[in-house]
Amino acid sequence: MTEINGNTPMEKMTPGGDIYTAGNAREFKTGDWRSVKPIFLSEKCKQCGLCFPVCPDDAIPVNKETLQREDFNYDYCKGCGVCAKTCPFGAIEMRKEDE
Amino acid sequence: MGIRERLSGNEAAATAMRQINPDVVAAYPITPSTEIPQYFSTFVANGSVDSDFVAVESEHSAMSACIGAEAAGARAMTATSANGLSLMWEMIYIASSLRLPIVLSLVNRAVSGPLNIHNDHSDAMGVRDSGWIMLFSENNQEAYDNTLMAHRIAEHKDVRLPLMICQDGFITSHSIENIELVEDDKVKEFVGEYHPEHYLLNKEEPIAVGPLDVQSYLFEHKAQQAEAMINAKKVILEVAEDFEKMTGRKYGFFEEYKLDDAEVAIVCMNSTAGTTKFVVDNLREKGIKAGLLKLRVFRPFPVDEVAKALSHLKAMAILDKASSLNAAGGALYEDVLSAMYVNNIHVPAVNYVYGIGGRDTKADEIEQVYNDLLEIVKTGNIDNPYRYFGLRREAK
Amino acid sequence: MAYNLKEVVANKPSRFTSGHRMCAGCGAPPAARMIMRALKPEDHAVVAGATGCMEVSTFIYPYTAWTDSFIHTAFECAGATISGVEAAYHSMKKQGKLPQDGETKFIAFGGDGGTYDIGLQSLSGAMERRHDITYVCYDNGAYMNTGIQRSSATPKFADTTTSPAGKVIPGKAQPRKDLAKIMVGHHIPYVAQTIGYMNFKDLYEKAEKAIYTEGPAFLNVLAPCPRGWGYPTDMLMQINKLAVETCYWPLYEVVDGEYKITYKPAKKLPVEEFLKPQKRFRHMFKPGNEWMIEEFQKLVDERWQELLDLEEITNRNQ
Repeated sequence: MTEINGNTPMEKMTPGGDIYTAGNAREFKTGDWRSVKPIFLSEKCKQCGLCFPVCPDDAIPVNKETLQREDFNYDYCKGCGVCAKTCPFGAIEMRKEDE
Repeated sequence: MGIRERLSGNEAAATAMRQINPDVVAAYPITPSTEIPQYFSTFVANGSVDSDFVAVESEHSAMSACIGAEAAGARAMTATSANGLSLMWEMIYIASSLRLPIVLSLVNRAVSGPLNIHNDHSDAMGVRDSGWIMLFSENNQEAYDNTLMAHRIAEHKDVRLPLMICQDGFITSHSIENIELVEDDKVKEFVGEYHPEHYLLNKEEPIAVGPLDVQSYLFEHKAQQAEAMINAKKVILEVAEDFEKMTGRKYGFFEEYKLDDAEVAIVCMNSTAGTTKFVVDNLREKGIKAGLLKLRVFRPFPVDEVAKALSHLKAMAILDKASSLNAAGGALYEDVLSAMYVNNIHVPAVNYVYGIGGRDTKADEIEQVYNDLLEIVKTGNIDNPYRYFGLRREAK
Repeated sequence: MAYNLKEVVANKPSRFTSGHRMCAGCGAPPAARMIMRALKPEDHAVVAGATGCMEVSTFIYPYTAWTDSFIHTAFECAGATISGVEAAYHSMKKQGKLPQDGETKFIAFGGDGGTYDIGLQSLSGAMERRHDITYVCYDNGAYMNTGIQRSSATPKFADTTTSPAGKVIPGKAQPRKDLAKIMVGHHIPYVAQTIGYMNFKDLYEKAEKAIYTEGPAFLNVLAPCPRGWGYPTDMLMQINKLAVETCYWPLYEVVDGEYKITYKPAKKLPVEEFLKPQKRFRHMFKPGNEWMIEEFQKLVDERWQELLDLEEITNRNQ
């Protein structure tokens, strides 16, 4: 589906605008929307999990084995700061994107 | 040989639906098409079909549910008339844009207002450019036959467009006539099974249907629909050929009734063609070379074929059973004229708006149309191409 | 099995992916993603979306953020659309046209505009017909997608672009409609009001019940909109908490007609605390407008008391 873009001729476009590759929005990166950036301070993190579900962009990966969070996925993080405000331990710090 | 029966137009449509045995029928009552969901829900209640009948709370939901069902991978059908189709209007466009071969039985009735439950074609004309294939039916036999052919046309891989079968409210829908039905097993074999390539219920390949289609894409998707409508022409004829093999009944884009040697002719759709044939026969007995082109396939509009079939006439009248309220001609008139123009053929032509809101269409009025045409041939004058018949006016 | 947030997030797949284009800090995606996580991983779902923020941001050609099948038709007919899909499933499964193993679930998402207002008839029809579906309203209290116009879910006094707080009229003049109770009036097996609160247990468990209850179920989920409500983007979870702790957004479920309040704040906070961070209620805090806050508090108190009464009445015979 990625091959469809603004230059694709009509003959190559899917009829009705159907998409046959469910979940392919992952190919669309939203990280460049960010003006502020969350920084994960792993030493402060108690792995309580409260930040896992609050990210609107699913940009906090959680390890299946250890059930622990990993660093942010900046491909998608839009920098809303919800996670930082949710963290009870100050383990997420928001910084200007260019800092 | 088929089965001889006596059925109304609504019974004929419902019988075809029973034989097709669609997976889902979602419909809402509205005069004069109400009987179709009534008959069909009885089939469901008695177990004579496998279908789920969804008794929706509006026509908007009827078409929405049909879209959902068809996208899910099912065959979905519905029936409606007039304001029901108006309420569906938004979803009518969405059904065709999603390329879903839903089949709808449209029992033609005047669209409000003021409120009127009787026949004209204003409902059909309101959706004429919505991307639906539109077949018109002179009588119950044609309403039945067109329904049997519908899925083969609509579901064809080069088409994938929804299709509506029109018949005249009350005049056809509520009149019991002789009809020849096809045996159930033969219908089943003729219609075949529906196996869409992509569908929502395929858990091996989940799909997404109905995107936000921005400036970079909508134009191309619309052009694909337009192309599918062109492709439908070939498929309609192929299916008609197979249908003829099964039943002996021949269908094309239109029926030419005593047209090939005619000097004056009428172009019309649905039940008026029956009355017109009667008039043509009478005029022929008087030595008048009258003819008829009864259009069956209104969408896709058979531009070149219509122009060619009318090219030899000395004058013609196009009858519109819907007012276009545009200070110009009716929809059929404009389509026929543009077909002639692009084929560089000039035949003097007049438009008659008639039969609005169920006004009777009488044989002597049709005869007067032919007389008007003969006058045009004689004098070469058309002072007003936009005419009515059957309308009360003050004498001038 | 008892709810374990970490296990749910780590081991149940995200079926609402990254790469969607809802605003930063939007309250809807975390809620929708957790609802979808309540599906058993082996089950397939068909999701219907009413036109709205969520639909236009998650399915922009050629990208879909849904890993399940998804259908959008129009604004007012998510209920009817998912009815058709479910009817097709029922019919085709019965006829042996679909694999007999595995389950498919049917979930519709609509905003408050597409649910409380223009889609109410279609939703009501779907519920009355007893389709086996779950309808989720993500309620952000206005038509956010078209630019913050009032809906019948907009709370009284809220300043929106079609109920502006002016010199004569102080924002929306009418209180909000109680949609969950309208759904209860359909006598469907499961209705719940919930929110993404704390560890999302309330939301997850209600979603699971809704999806796996046979027959129609309805979830009303408050989904704050930082832009429409006028609070700082990072405050989503604080706003959610205040909505619950002030009893502005009570958490409850109605199972076969029996009400159960699933969270009762130990100390109900004054509603002022919920209103204060939001610019849409700013005019209520001007000197001389104290009556507005009092009236708002009265409305919240009445509704909360009504809920307590309903809980008592509907459980009396047990």
